[in-house]
Amino acid sequence: MSNTATAATAASASRKSRRTGPSHANSGYLFVLPFLLVFLAMLVLPLVYAAYLSLFREQLIGGTVFAGLENYTRALSDDRLIEGVLRVARFFLIQVPIMLLLSLAAALAIDSGLLRFAKTFRLGIFVPYAVPAVVATLMWGYLYGPDFGLFAQIADKLGLGAPQFLSEGHALASIANIVTWEFVGYNMIILYAALRAVPHDLYEAAAVDGAGAWRTAWSIKLPALRPALLLCLIFSVIGSFQLFSEPKLLQPLAPNVIDSSYTPNLYAYSLAFTGQEVNYAAAVSFLLGLVIVVASYTVLLVSNRRSRA
Amino acid sequence: MKWLRHFNGRTGTSYAAAALLAACLGLSACSGGSDDGGGGKAAPPASQSEIDKAMQTPTNLTFWTWVPNIQKEVDLFQQKYPAIKVKVVNAGQGTPHYTKLRTALKAGTGAPDVAQIEFQYIPTFSLTKSLVDLRPYGAEALKDKFVAWTWGQVTGANGEVWAYPQDTGPMGLLYRKDIFDKYGIAPPKTWDDFATAARKLHSADSNVYMTNMAPNESGVWTGLLWQAGAKPFANTAPDAVTVNVNDETSKKLGTYWGGLVKEGVVSADPDFTDPWYQALNRGKYASWVTAAWGPVFLSGSAKSTSGKWRAAPLPQWDAGKQASGNWGGSTSAVITGTKNPIAAAKFAEFINTDPEATKKFATEQFLFPATKALLADPSFTQQKPEFYGGQTVNQVFSDISQTVNTEFQWPPFLDQAVTDWNETVGKSFADKSDTNAALDQWQQRITEYAKNQGFKVSS
Repeated sequence: MSNTATAATAASASRKSRRTGPSHANSGYLFVLPFLLVFLAMLVLPLVYAAYLSLFREQLIGGTVFAGLENYTRALSDDRLIEGVLRVARFFLIQVPIMLLLSLAAALAIDSGLLRFAKTFRLGIFVPYAVPAVVATLMWGYLYGPDFGLFAQIADKLGLGAPQFLSEGHALASIANIVTWEFVGYNMIILYAALRAVPHDLYEAAAVDGAGAWRTAWSIKLPALRPALLLCLIFSVIGSFQLFSEPKLLQPLAPNVIDSSYTPNLYAYSLAFTGQEVNYAAAVSFLLGLVIVVASYTVLLVSNRRSRA
Repeated sequence: MKWLRHFNGRTGTSYAAAALLAACLGLSACSGGSDDGGGGKAAPPASQSEIDKAMQTPTNLTFWTWVPNIQKEVDLFQQKYPAIKVKVVNAGQGTPHYTKLRTALKAGTGAPDVAQIEFQYIPTFSLTKSLVDLRPYGAEALKDKFVAWTWGQVTGANGEVWAYPQDTGPMGLLYRKDIFDKYGIAPPKTWDDFATAARKLHSADSNVYMTNMAPNESGVWTGLLWQAGAKPFANTAPDAVTVNVNDETSKKLGTYWGGLVKEGVVSADPDFTDPWYQALNRGKYASWVTAAWGPVFLSGSAKSTSGKWRAAPLPQWDAGKQASGNWGGSTSAVITGTKNPIAAAKFAEFINTDPEATKKFATEQFLFPATKALLADPSFTQQKPEFYGGQTVNQVFSDISQTVNTEFQWPPFLDQAVTDWNETVGKSFADKSDTNAALDQWQQRITEYAKNQGFKVSS
C-alpha cells in the first residue's frame, strides 16, 4: 500500500515539474501553432472582416458608405429573417428530441449485448451519415415526389391520394425526416463510445445489488451518458440553426414553399449572391451567430442546473 | 442555352458561411474594378493596322463558357489566327458561372477575357461596368448579320454594343399531335382558342393538362410578357429604372394564366425536375410553351414520345398579328480588365459571325442561330427530324424569330427580380391564389429592392 502511495506522489511531482519547465511550455505552443494559424486565417480573420463589412452599405448605385448599425436594426425588424429564425427554432424543438431519442435507443440496444448481429446493426444505422448530405437530400427528394416517388406509388397502389411531402404544411417535417435519417447514426456513435467508457465495475456492482438490464440502463448508463448527450445536443443546436443544404437542394422541387428566406442561412446566402447585399448578409449572419450562442448557452445552463439539482 | 443549364441541375451546395467568406475575400479588393469600357462615350476606334498587329502578336485569351465541345469552334479561330491561343474554361452553368465571374471582377484578378452571358444578364453586368463596349472594334458594321431583336438585346442605352449574340430562344408551342387529334383539337391560333381547348381537353381526360405553367420559371412569364408587347422594365438612365410588372398587360396575363391554373385545366409543376420529365414522357401535358431550343431538348428528354410532337407558333392575343417573345439564348461578351481587347473582341466576333463556326453551333451543339444567314440556310431550316414526324421544325422557329419584339428590356438586377418572381407570381400558381395580387407584390418587392440599391424608380 505505502509503495503505491509513494509512487503516486512521485508521479504527481514529476508531472508538476513538467508543467513548470519553460522549454516544455514553449514546445506546447509549437504544437498548437499550425492549428492556431489556420484558425486565425480561416476563422478569426474572416469573422473580423465580416463584422467590418456589416457596418457598411454598398449599393449598386452610389457605392459604399458607412452605415453604423443600420444593417442590424434593419435585420431586427426584417420579418423574413425573424420568420426563418422561428422556423429553425421550431425545427430544433421537434426534430432534435426525436433524433436523440432514436440515437439513444440504438446505442443502448447495441451496448446491451442482447442484440444479434450488433455490428451489422451499428453499421446499418451509421451508413446514412457516410452518405453526403447532398446525395441524401436528392435521394429523399426523389422518394418524396408527388407523382412518381416511391411513397406516391405505394399510396396509388393502395388507392390513397399521393402524400404531399413538400407542401407548405409538411415541408419542414419532411426536411426533419431527412436530417434525422442522416444524423441518428452519428449521434449513436458518440453515445455508444461514451457507453463503452463506463467502468465495468459499476455494472458488476449493479448486478450484485440485483439490478436488471432496464434498471442498469436507467440508473447507470443514462447518468454516465449525460456529458455525451449534452455534446450531441449542442451540436444539434448549431446544426439546426444553420440548416442550409437540405432546404437549398429541395428548393427546385418545391420552389414556392421553400423560398429564399426559408432558413436564416439560406436567407443570408441569397442576400449575398442573389441580391448582392453582402453587407446586409454579413449583419444577418452575425445576428444568427448570436442566436446560436444564446441558444447553446441556454441549453448548457438548463442542463447544468438540472444536474446540480 | 437555357436547356444546357439544366443538364446538371441546380446544385448550389456551399454553406452560407463559406459563401459569405468567399464574398468577403472577393470584396477585399473592391478597388480592382476600373472604369474603362463603361460610360456613354465610345472609345476611339481601333485602326485596321492596330487590329492586324494585335491579331499577329502572340496572345493568350481565356474564354468562360458552358457550351459543350466549344473547342471545335475555338479551333476554327485558332486556325485563322495561329498567334492567338484561347483557353476554354467551364466555370459552371448559369448562376454559378455568374457568381464566379462577379467574384473575379470584384477581386480585380482572374476574370476571363471573353465570357458567355445570357441576354437577360447583359444589363446586370453592363450596370457594374463589367462589359467592354465593342463599337471601337467594328461591332456596328455587323449589326445586319444578326436578327434585329437580338441586336436590340445587346445594345445599351447610349448605343453601346455589349456583346455578340450566340444563340437564341424565340418562343413557340410544341404540342402532342396524337392527343390533339384524339380529342379533335386544332393547334390554337389565339390564346382564347388555347383556353377553350384546355377546358375541353381536361374535361375529356382529367389526367391530361393542356400545358404546364411552371411556378419556378420566370423566363416563360417574361417571354409571354414580351410576346404581349409589355415593357416591364426599362433603364432610362444609368441610375434610374422603370419597373412596371403589374400594368394592364401583365394583369391581362395574370388573369388568363392564373385563371386557367385555378380552374385546374393547366397544371403548375416545377419544370426541369424529375417529375416534370416523367410527366412529359407519360403525356400529362398536351403542349409545352417553349423556345427554339426546346425541340432538340425534348427529343433527348422524352424519347418515348418520338413522332408524336409537332411545333407551331405561340397562340396570339391579336388574331391578325404574329408576335413572339424570347426565352433563353446567350451572347459572347468581352470582359472589362482584359489586356487584349482587340483580340478578345475579334474572337467574340469570329465565333458568332464566321459561317463555319456559326453553322457548327447549330449542327453540333444544336443551338438555335442568331444570324440571318443561318436562319435562311436551307440545310438548317429544311431538316426533318423523326421526333416531329418529319416536320421542318427549324423553319417554324426561324419564322417565329422574325416576329420577336425588338424593344424588350431587362432589369439591371436580374437575379433579384427572378427570385422575387418565384416567391410572388410563381407562388400564386403553385398555391392557386390570386395572380394579380401577386403581381402587385412583385412590383412592390422589386421597387423596394431597387430603391435600397440607390436607383431612382418610376413605374
